Amino acid sequence: MNVAQQAFGSSPEIPLSMRGPAPTAVVVGFGFWLFLLSDIVIFAALFAAYAVLSGETAGGPNGTELFDKGRVLLETACLLASSFTCGLGSLAVQRRDMQWSFVWMAATFILGAAFLTFEASEFSSMFTAGAAPSRSAFLSAFFTLVGTHGLHVTIGLFWLLVMMVQVMTLGFRPMVRRRLFCFSLFWHALDIVWIGVFTIVYLGAS
Amino acid sequence: MLGKLTWAAIPFDQPIVMIASGTVGLAIVGLLGLTTVKGWWPYLWREWITSVDHKRIGVMYVLLALVMLMRGFADAIMMRSQLALAAGGAQGFLSPEHYNQIFSAHGTIMIFFVAMPFVVGLMNFALPLQLGIRDVAFPVLNSVSFWLTAAGVLLVNMSLVIGEFARTGWLAYPPLSEIAYSPGVGVDYYLWSLQISGLGTLLSGINLTTTILKLRAPGMAYTRMPIFCWTALASNLLIVAAFPILTATFAMLLLDRYLDFHFFTNDAGGNPMMYINLIWAWGHPEVYILILPAFGVFSEVVATFSGKPLFGYRSMVLATMVICVLSFMVWLHHFFTMGAGANVNAFFGIMTMIIAVPTGVKVFNWLFTLYGGRIRFTVPVYWALGFMVTFVIGGMTGVLMAIPPADFVLHNSLFLVAHFHNVAIGGVVFGVLAGYTYWFPKAFGFTLDERLGKAIFWCWFIGFYLAFMPLYVLGLMGATRRMQHYPETGWQPLMLVALAGAVLIFFGIALTVVQLVVSIRTRDRRRDLTGDPWNGRTLEWSIPSPPPPWNFGLLPQVEGTDVYWAMKQVSSGTHSNAAADAYQPVHMPRNNPTGFFAAFFAVVLGFALIWHIWWMAIAGLLGEVTVALLQAWRTNGEIEISAEEIAMAEKALVAKEIAA
Repeated sequence: MNVAQQAFGSSPEIPLSMRGPAPTAVVVGFGFWLFLLSDIVIFAALFAAYAVLSGETAGGPNGTELFDKGRVLLETACLLASSFTCGLGSLAVQRRDMQWSFVWMAATFILGAAFLTFEASEFSSMFTAGAAPSRSAFLSAFFTLVGTHGLHVTIGLFWLLVMMVQVMTLGFRPMVRRRLFCFSLFWHALDIVWIGVFTIVYLGAS
Repeated sequence: MLGKLTWAAIPFDQPIVMIASGTVGLAIVGLLGLTTVKGWWPYLWREWITSVDHKRIGVMYVLLALVMLMRGFADAIMMRSQLALAAGGAQGFLSPEHYNQIFSAHGTIMIFFVAMPFVVGLMNFALPLQLGIRDVAFPVLNSVSFWLTAAGVLLVNMSLVIGEFARTGWLAYPPLSEIAYSPGVGVDYYLWSLQISGLGTLLSGINLTTTILKLRAPGMAYTRMPIFCWTALASNLLIVAAFPILTATFAMLLLDRYLDFHFFTNDAGGNPMMYINLIWAWGHPEVYILILPAFGVFSEVVATFSGKPLFGYRSMVLATMVICVLSFMVWLHHFFTMGAGANVNAFFGIMTMIIAVPTGVKVFNWLFTLYGGRIRFTVPVYWALGFMVTFVIGGMTGVLMAIPPADFVLHNSLFLVAHFHNVAIGGVVFGVLAGYTYWFPKAFGFTLDERLGKAIFWCWFIGFYLAFMPLYVLGLMGATRRMQHYPETGWQPLMLVALAGAVLIFFGIALTVVQLVVSIRTRDRRRDLTGDPWNGRTLEWSIPSPPPPWNFGLLPQVEGTDVYWAMKQVSSGTHSNAAADAYQPVHMPRNNPTGFFAAFFAVVLGFALIWHIWWMAIAGLLGEVTVALLQAWRTNGEIEISAEEIAMAEKALVAKEIAA
């Protein structure tokens, strides 16, 4: 039974709000959604700061001079593909298919790591060009916004590794499946944030 | 090896600090020693420190708040004494350096470590009982939240002895809080302790929101929830939406201070005004995070002690949720003088005045609930009545300052200080003390002493008016906030009256301790054997005091609002003697030390970051990761309590009640 069935499946004659405590899978998923919303509020504050400071280059380089849109497109492709493999992984987990779960989790990990590699190379080339965060308010806001997303991806990769070991040691018990569900929510949410970063920071650079 | 930390960090040259911290240190050593000698550690560890029971965690939150109230009040009385003395050419007894730390610590402590833990503690304790369930959504996370708050408290108190606290005011406005103007560790203590406790608050907000929205007794539709649950829902939604802004803003300031970023600096394009906008985008919702649960307490108290259902339940719910939404649309009224322009100021001024409408609805609802009721003048009712008078005055001075031209005159004056203490004391403090008195018998099985309770009320009530009404006048006369001395000797008489008020409030706080001691010693005379000492209306009064770990042996079936009141109309009001086979086995979370250890490493990490001790910071971080991984592999987190055991315990409780 998946989450939607658990939430909406039983006794249709009693309204949803009056059916008593929800099952654990629903509660955990809902709580994690709230966490993601709060995380997105953090990004909203960082986006706001970036919007205010994006023109404040203090005589230093601006976005159009610094950003390599081709590289960012490849980077974006890696992250979006990793979301797709993550989705396939969730389907494999639902089938309790150990082998394909590992295949898709490994693919997600590799694509996520590739994304981070692109990002690291972008950051290091900017540093060598003298465009460090201490150069201007624009660069401070840029590195914080993009770096916070990168930090989330890094934590996500660590989480993914932990989940692979959890599946190996604990199997597909409900606790592990709930965590895999939360991980996939987290990973997709990072994609959504990245769409915002790609659009506002890179395509919006002027 | 130890970063910036040297012996010079300990202020040996400041007798006030050394005596105060020495006394606190001796008290702590004495307490720890007593615990060790008496062999209480196993009990404390088993029943409290590792407990994941929402009732225990709620009690610990309230205890933490009461302890910190004394710390915050010590700062307050020092400020009042200083200003009573430092008139004309006199400099008082506190240097500007020290005075600045005191008002910054006072505001920070009172908001983050008194009001917040008190409100969160009451919600933690009462929500699951009112909703008719056995625990919050995530019991272990709940313990983590509490201990992270305690970690923040510990760091703030360490700043008293090791180093210094911020001199920037309670919101640490840049550019003053930037490294260029505040090179010491004071601002870092401020930032890291609030980052750690703020994370705890956020997790608690997620936890309680999930609890209210997903875990309610069968039949409890949203419109059947007690009003306290509604106000708690609004408050926790605001926590989830607003606290991340605080985290992000502090993170930006930390990057400025530690890694030479330029978010809020004067140079390289930084924008200090952005900090002020961001911090108030959190800060204004924060005042509603605190006041809404207090409104909820008053709603429960007024209905219970009038013996009537709350007047206008639906309008109360609507008013609560309207305030919840509007609270995000008024932040700019904290800095009308920033110069955003007439149109922007007009918009925010009007939005601010509009908030007074739902608040007015609430006041009338309480009045109409009292009207025609058989009011029992218990201590919580004293607080509620005192609140209604006081809060309305505070609300009106607020509406006054919502007019931008008036605000240009009153901005940063003592008038403002009087206004926000008027709503913070008259609203939040009165509310949490009402809630403390109201739910105390539920938590411990005996009531608090009534006469002392009334004495405490009068001390606070009269003390508040004496302490803060002069500040309104002084503000109109031109006295500014955060001043360490003043040339105008004409202000001194009013300053002395304000000091007298603070002394009266001191008696109120001291009597709170006396009340607790007296009530514990005379507890056999004041036992609550029925579980319903106030003739209550909501589900928490339908179970014994103190409730069993599982709260409800059988989940109640809810048919409407004021469900326990309705039950009492049908039956005699005692617990129904359910058939033994009706009970189901219950899964309860096991004790868990994760929260305690997470907080321990958070203190290590925070302290290391404040003093730039990088190896220790890495150790703290690795400690946190280890704690998280150990928790991730914990597979025996729950115990099953058999149906027979619950049936036996419930039967014993019913027998005890009948005997009473």
